[in-house]
Amino acid sequence: MEAALGRAGLWFLILFLAILAIIGAKDAAFAAHATIIALAAFVMIWVTAARYDPLARAQGMFHMPTDPSRYDDDPVRWGVIATMFWGMVGMLAGVFIALQLAYPALNFEPYLNFGRVRPLHTSAVIFAFGGNALIATSFYVVQRTCRARLAFPSLARFVFWGYQLFIVLAASGYLLGVTQSREYAEPEWYVDIWLTIVWVSYGAVFIGTIIRRHEPHIYVANWFYLAFIITVAMLHLVNNLAMPVSLLGSRSYSAFAGVQDALTQWWYGHNAVGFFLTAGFLAMMYYFVPKQAERPIYSYRLSIIHFWSLIFLYIWAGPHHLHYTALPDWAQTLGMVFSVMLWMPSWGGMINGLMTLNGAWDKVRTDPIIRMMVMALAFYGMSTFEGPVLSIKAVNSLSHYTDWTIGHVHSGALGWNGLITFACVYYLVPRLWKRERMFSLRMINWHFWLATIGIVFYAASMWVAGITQGLMWREYGPDGYLVNSFVDTVAALHPMFIMRAFGGGLYLLGGAIMTYNIWMTLKGRIREEAPMSQPEYDPVKDRPIIATPAQVPAE
Amino acid sequence: MSLTQQHKKLERNVTLLGVGAFVAVAIGGIVEIAPLFWIENTIEKVDGMRPYTPLEQAGRDIYIREGCYTCHSQMIRPFRDEVERYGHYSLAAESMYDHPFQWGSKRTGPDLARVGGRYSDEWHVQHLKNPQSVVPQSVMPSYSFLAETTLKAGDPAATLRALQRVGVPYSEKDIEQAPADMLAQADPEKDAGDLLQRYPKSQIRDFDGNPSRLSEMDALVAYLQMLGTLVDVNSAAAQEALAEEKGR
Amino acid sequence: MSTYDTLRHFADSWALIMMVGTFLTFCLWPFRPGARKRNRDAATLIFKDQNDGE
Repeated sequence: MEAALGRAGLWFLILFLAILAIIGAKDAAFAAHATIIALAAFVMIWVTAARYDPLARAQGMFHMPTDPSRYDDDPVRWGVIATMFWGMVGMLAGVFIALQLAYPALNFEPYLNFGRVRPLHTSAVIFAFGGNALIATSFYVVQRTCRARLAFPSLARFVFWGYQLFIVLAASGYLLGVTQSREYAEPEWYVDIWLTIVWVSYGAVFIGTIIRRHEPHIYVANWFYLAFIITVAMLHLVNNLAMPVSLLGSRSYSAFAGVQDALTQWWYGHNAVGFFLTAGFLAMMYYFVPKQAERPIYSYRLSIIHFWSLIFLYIWAGPHHLHYTALPDWAQTLGMVFSVMLWMPSWGGMINGLMTLNGAWDKVRTDPIIRMMVMALAFYGMSTFEGPVLSIKAVNSLSHYTDWTIGHVHSGALGWNGLITFACVYYLVPRLWKRERMFSLRMINWHFWLATIGIVFYAASMWVAGITQGLMWREYGPDGYLVNSFVDTVAALHPMFIMRAFGGGLYLLGGAIMTYNIWMTLKGRIREEAPMSQPEYDPVKDRPIIATPAQVPAE
Repeated sequence: MSLTQQHKKLERNVTLLGVGAFVAVAIGGIVEIAPLFWIENTIEKVDGMRPYTPLEQAGRDIYIREGCYTCHSQMIRPFRDEVERYGHYSLAAESMYDHPFQWGSKRTGPDLARVGGRYSDEWHVQHLKNPQSVVPQSVMPSYSFLAETTLKAGDPAATLRALQRVGVPYSEKDIEQAPADMLAQADPEKDAGDLLQRYPKSQIRDFDGNPSRLSEMDALVAYLQMLGTLVDVNSAAAQEALAEEKGR
Repeated sequence: MSTYDTLRHFADSWALIMMVGTFLTFCLWPFRPGARKRNRDAATLIFKDQNDGE
């Protein structure tokens, strides 16, 4: 009873402070954010007072098993649901802004203009979809590889719900025009402070679990997760150093200016890719690919080399986003050299993942989850080859500022991050909900093909668009004058923009099928369907492809 | 203790592993970023750079709020085609008071580093209200609400104070005068005082064609019209002549 | 000589050698004799439990 009173008191205090913030707010957006917090606190007071347990109800709604188990999987289950929800939101926003570029009439000022929805899309897919997937899988993996329950269970729940609050504040802020204009770090100072608190708690839960482990080794997946958590904390803190105009207002100004600010931002921006979207997801790869393939990782040694090379090299590559700008030349060259070197560890990791299937390649045909993982690794290899190529200054002079960069990012994000996340979620859902298998394996196959074809449309159209635009910008006529006005190059891209939106639409459709498949699995249904493949044994066809050489008579 | 045992410790000790990883990732940032604050020739010395006027800064805040940077760069690279299309390549000094920088990463629309003075105020207002009415093939969203929204820049003095704290050389007088400066720059009827002395080359006029109120359009157009006009890059006149000749 | 130059020279020489040395040590580490069993143990530890507590 006393504990409940204490909790209610805490929520009252937060409600009170939030109301003060609404009254004193210097701008409407800050007031709106304070209102969100006040509403959340009010709901919590009501819940505490009425002894109504909405969480239990929600758990019932999502058919979550509640019986005690060896590991603490409740935050993981919530994480999977949040991953799917934000994934659909983020991809829908992506298709929407893709259509806006093809048909500008779809801009609804001021809240749904491209400039405001674009950060919503990038943050929703990277931090909401990717971030929830990382937090959920890291909690799942760290418990199993350490054979220990999560340290600080209530802090783990705070991490999950605190992270959702961060997402809601960030996303609503973008639509209201609250942004620092730092790509992938758009949330303003107070949201950044909140994320710092959540992130430190996340680190505490993760590291605490490793310390409590009953297993002498720290499995390599945890190395990657650990590097991801530490590096993201460092990047976030440095890149978001800013001076708020008022403690009751949403605006702040970066601590750095001009060229220093640009390099700080792209040091952050590139390593958000390197440590959030690469190291973290490689951790997923190093656990879930061996588990699904039921064979250990191809080379554990290679995985350790992969780890150290990746973290030693990645951090230097940021300046390749600023080729030929006012950034000093030595920094650009340094960035380029390290980016090219980065190709090696990336492919080492890809080979390690793919070769795990050595001797079990038939699973690519029979198991759609394995197929998805293999395709994810293939796209990882492709985009980590394309990246170093784009970082070469001569190539970058053409590709920079064009849609080629967008295509590159999406072959990595849709191909690598998206597919590996989907595969992991397909692996997790039946295990977390204690179901025999997913509702439908054939739907996973449909999802695989829709996603793959969607990426092909997306990447191909953006390559063409990027190279077209790059070449048109620099095209000179025989008279020695520039041939195209800027808007000519915009008009030339229209068909590519439509194809891109189509590809994104296919990918979204795949996501919708996945959502349905998961929902049915949660409900405990199993679809009656023919097995994925049942190759008949044909002794005539079972012979080496190369004809056996004719017997050479002995001499 | 032998090296072998030490390493076994690293493999088994999460703290050591974490510290090792942190050191590895911290070095790159320190080596690349720290010298930029140190080396004197990172930013060349040029005449003409000054902090933004309160109205321009308010316009810049709107530029950031609307996410203009998602489609427009402000960084001209030293290539023949870019210099001919947009003007002299950008100098580091030209963004020395930019908190945050707005170099951008994508050109869905053209570069804006030197857009100031290239078009009339009327063109900008019409273009922002309905881009397709001036450039039919444009994919830019419409921003007509800016003309109908009164500029609420919070407290311009507080804005300048925050910028001063991160190193922009605003004087105490600039901060004190900020609210008056903001009104005066958009209203030629008002007495601008020594605005032009404190902010050389600032343009004083009603930018949105509606003298009855100070709108967000006023601020944004004031910002756009000053972009790239402060530093007199030696070949500016030649570039302008070239641009006019080709009717761009 | 300025602080910057001093540090720059240090970074270009000793610090660089140290970093490459550390990096190579870390990379060659799993190849040391006797690591084979440890690597195999670590790689297969994820299969020790049949059902992962599900």
